[in-house]
Amino acid sequence: MKHLMIAAGLLSATSAIADDKPQLTVYTYDSFVSDWGPGPQVEEAFEAVCNCDLNLVGVEDGAALLSRIRLEGESSDADVVLGLDTNLITAAKDTGLFAPSSVTADYALPIEWADDVFTPYDWGYFAFVHNADTPAPANFRELADGDTKVIIQDPRSSTPGLGLLLWVKAAYGEEAQEIWAGLADNIVTVTKGWSEAYGLFLEGEADMVLSYTTSPAYHLIAEEDASKAAAAFDEGHYMQVEVAAKLAGTDQPELADQFLEFMVSDAFQQIIPTTNWMYPAVTPSSGLPEGFDTLIVPEKSLLFGADEAAAVREQALSEWLGALSQ
Amino acid sequence: MAGRAQPVSPRPGIGAAALVAALILGTLAAVALRAETAGGFGPADWAALRFTLTQAILSAVFSAGLAVPVARALARRRFRGRRALIALLGAPFILPVIVAILGLLQVFGRAGWISDILGYFGLPPIRIYGLHGVVLAHVFFNLPLATRLILQAWQEIPAERFRLAAQLGCNGIAMFRLIELPMLKRILPGVLAVIFAICLTSFAVALTLGGGPRATTIELAIYQAFTYDFDLGRAALLSALQLTLTAVAALAALRFSRGDGFGAGLDRALRRWDGGAPAIDAFWIIAAATFLLLPLASVVISGFAGLFEMPAIVFRAALTSVIVAAASTAILLMLALPMATAVATGRYGIVELSGILGLAASPLVIGTGLFILIRPLANPTALALPVTALVNAVMALPFALRILVPAARDVVTRNGRLALSLDMGRKTFFIRVLLPRMHPQICFAAGLGAALSMGDLGVIALFADPQIATLPLQIYRLMGAYQMQAAAGGALLLLLLSMSVFWLLDRGGRWHAEA
Amino acid sequence: MLKLDGCVIENGNFALRADVCIEPGASVAIVGPSGAGKSTLLEAIAGFRDLKQGQILWNGKRISNLHPGKRPLAMLFQDGNLFPHLTAEQNVALGLRPNGHLSEEELSQVQTALARVALRGLGNRKPSELSGGQQSRVALARVLVQRRELLLLDEPFAALGPALKAEMLDLVADLVAETGTTLLMVSHDPQDARRIADQTVLVADEVVLPPAATSQLFDNPPPSLRDYLG
Repeated sequence: MKHLMIAAGLLSATSAIADDKPQLTVYTYDSFVSDWGPGPQVEEAFEAVCNCDLNLVGVEDGAALLSRIRLEGESSDADVVLGLDTNLITAAKDTGLFAPSSVTADYALPIEWADDVFTPYDWGYFAFVHNADTPAPANFRELADGDTKVIIQDPRSSTPGLGLLLWVKAAYGEEAQEIWAGLADNIVTVTKGWSEAYGLFLEGEADMVLSYTTSPAYHLIAEEDASKAAAAFDEGHYMQVEVAAKLAGTDQPELADQFLEFMVSDAFQQIIPTTNWMYPAVTPSSGLPEGFDTLIVPEKSLLFGADEAAAVREQALSEWLGALSQ
Repeated sequence: MAGRAQPVSPRPGIGAAALVAALILGTLAAVALRAETAGGFGPADWAALRFTLTQAILSAVFSAGLAVPVARALARRRFRGRRALIALLGAPFILPVIVAILGLLQVFGRAGWISDILGYFGLPPIRIYGLHGVVLAHVFFNLPLATRLILQAWQEIPAERFRLAAQLGCNGIAMFRLIELPMLKRILPGVLAVIFAICLTSFAVALTLGGGPRATTIELAIYQAFTYDFDLGRAALLSALQLTLTAVAALAALRFSRGDGFGAGLDRALRRWDGGAPAIDAFWIIAAATFLLLPLASVVISGFAGLFEMPAIVFRAALTSVIVAAASTAILLMLALPMATAVATGRYGIVELSGILGLAASPLVIGTGLFILIRPLANPTALALPVTALVNAVMALPFALRILVPAARDVVTRNGRLALSLDMGRKTFFIRVLLPRMHPQICFAAGLGAALSMGDLGVIALFADPQIATLPLQIYRLMGAYQMQAAAGGALLLLLLSMSVFWLLDRGGRWHAEA
Repeated sequence: MLKLDGCVIENGNFALRADVCIEPGASVAIVGPSGAGKSTLLEAIAGFRDLKQGQILWNGKRISNLHPGKRPLAMLFQDGNLFPHLTAEQNVALGLRPNGHLSEEELSQVQTALARVALRGLGNRKPSELSGGQQSRVALARVLVQRRELLLLDEPFAALGPALKAEMLDLVADLVAETGTTLLMVSHDPQDARRIADQTVLVADEVVLPPAATSQLFDNPPPSLRDYLG
């Protein structure tokens, strides 16, 4: 009986939003809303200026987030979706559920941004992270020729996995399958998601793990541990740009626009680097936190346009499967 | 007809089974009906099916096969710490997948303890990734479960039978043939079917230990269909395939596991007189304990430091998990007891079948289906905890039934006629005879159900809300935020909590007091 | 009067035919070769086995359509006559009230019954704490409080020693005499039959023969019984 009362208490605590302020519901991925993600600070900062109630709802990851929106369709409770990346933009637009926005900003992205529906809020480069005291290969060919062991994520179940697939495709085009065949004996294993892969790497199961160039910043800033480094690949690094958009069916269009404007402002952007461990889309006036200056900066940025990414994905995936299933 | 009179009614059990079937098939239908395109199988799906079947069959055979000598050794030997060891052996089963994988690799991985020792002698590290790695991991998860189920069946053999066999001068082998083999024939098909079904829906374990896309399972294809392709038709079709495979396995198991119980005993203390070959028993106990406890030890060691670094939110999540586990256990017993009773009173294989389907149902499909069904009526996020408790209960149902059905059958066989001749009502029989006679099994099932619910991520991730998290979800969140040490601490906390819950509940039901 | 009217009882690959009457208050032994269907006959009367044909009547009323617990009879099986997890007293109490709690008065009936079978003071023991003879006495005490008009015994004392068995049979004889109960008991041993049964029914060659006086039957056995007695 007591348990039930506690349970009921917990439930009502979350469902009871008892004041009459307008409510803005933002769907995002789970790690954004976790206590260590940007969510709590973003909520506080936005509620301080909007006279509204910001309701962040976490869904597993970016891909699951889009599925949730498609599942809910036009009756979705979401006003804004935050956390898709460029690889999902075409599929997202095809649903017709998203509305254009007029938000613009002076983006610090290494590429030109010109999408009238999706607004970027952070970005990063995929990279292999290794222990700083061990040498790392300089490109995929060198990795394939050597015996460095890596752990990667599955492109069918994880965003970084899909990023790596497109990275190899963007860098090598027709030769991608050959590169994968060469990498087969370097790949210790393929995991479902980022957490598994990174956990295995920290346990010493491999020399390198697919992550981001910004990962060493976490260890450096949060743990004062300079032992991790990202390997700079000379064929360039594939980018991930994370975006948000307003839903066409929102009942709070002004508030949604206000949130997107807020998202590219200093108040939001300065939270990103040390909570989401990505580069902010707009460099805040205070600059990047100390430690980010130690990160490698790729000489070349690789990124398929949204439509192109959607078009090559299928083929790249079957090349990947073919090369690694031998 | 009087001839088919039963001391207890099968109707509530049939009702419960119908509810479970409605939940599993209803959610599947909800997903299928919501599909925009009709799904179909591609060549990759056939490869996934082949791999899924191969690893599930191998995992079931090895888990159950190895469990027999371990359970026999544990049934024959009495030593200090035996009960604690048996309780600890249940631990792998209740760990969140990711924690168990990390624990296993700490021992068997490229940089694991065994490879370290090999390296000391100049030998290369062991290669764990591949089909054998998948099977190893599944044996790690399921050997304890199989051991517990078989051990329980062993302990349910009335002491009188062993006494008789001993009196007849049976040696170990003869006693095995006479008493134990028939028991194994009865219990093993069910154990095999349950483990087969568990491994059928394996995804993260199979992929990670399998070492790459060769180790693609149907569940991964379902995940991909849901999240990356939003192909609900395909997801529903693949899930239906999993359910069909499980149903076939379950029906085969039911066919093969027919057989009579051992008749009545008088609750004498269980003693064995076939004391031969203590070295062999010791070998099996030590080997199994080492295999299962080393990865757990690594979870404990790596979690110890993190235990003191955990933010308060982890403890709140732990409380939530305890509440969910309590609710889930209550639901589990309300479903499992009537269902076990129904199965015991006759050939209600269909009831058992609906029970086992809970294992094969993809959590993604159940979760998404529930989401689709609930959404028009209520905010699914507000129902995250009740839904999680319900789904956890359904997932634990097959285990509870494996535990409860043989006992219920024996109680009905042994005491049914007497109760009928006394004109005892069906409700009275249930309360005054069935429940007390099955007390140990009920406690065991409740303990297992509670521990499973504690460790299972279940569907909460689909419904989650930043303010509400169960402990497994919180552990995943910590890992996703680079907080590996705190996550390891959370895993240790989870392990401790689950084991305590299991221990407390199971302890309530000691049976066959030691001689 | 117990009347088996054109009954056919199937059990596996044989069908037992029974067309007999038992006088009220009689004590009847059922004898016959092993496997002839003695227990099958009792099970059919008690309602644990369906009739293929015919009906069973008690005092002119059909009972073969009744649930086992609703028939006017009590039965003791070869084994499993007590619930091992209940005390002697609780086991006896089930005979009075299978579905509820006892009143003070009913409780004293239970005590009286236990005392009648010489188990005073042992009511709190569980079956495993009682000897075989004592367990039989508990079951008999329950039969006593059940107050049924017909008692069926399917060799409940077979496991007891000769002296103890004789003692139990004498106790049964006393109890049925005191209460006017009709007794039907399966027996392997002519001595048992002679001891307490004035009539005997022979079951052989798939037929239940009408009751005959016990002493007469055993003194002049028909061929089928002669083979069995050896």
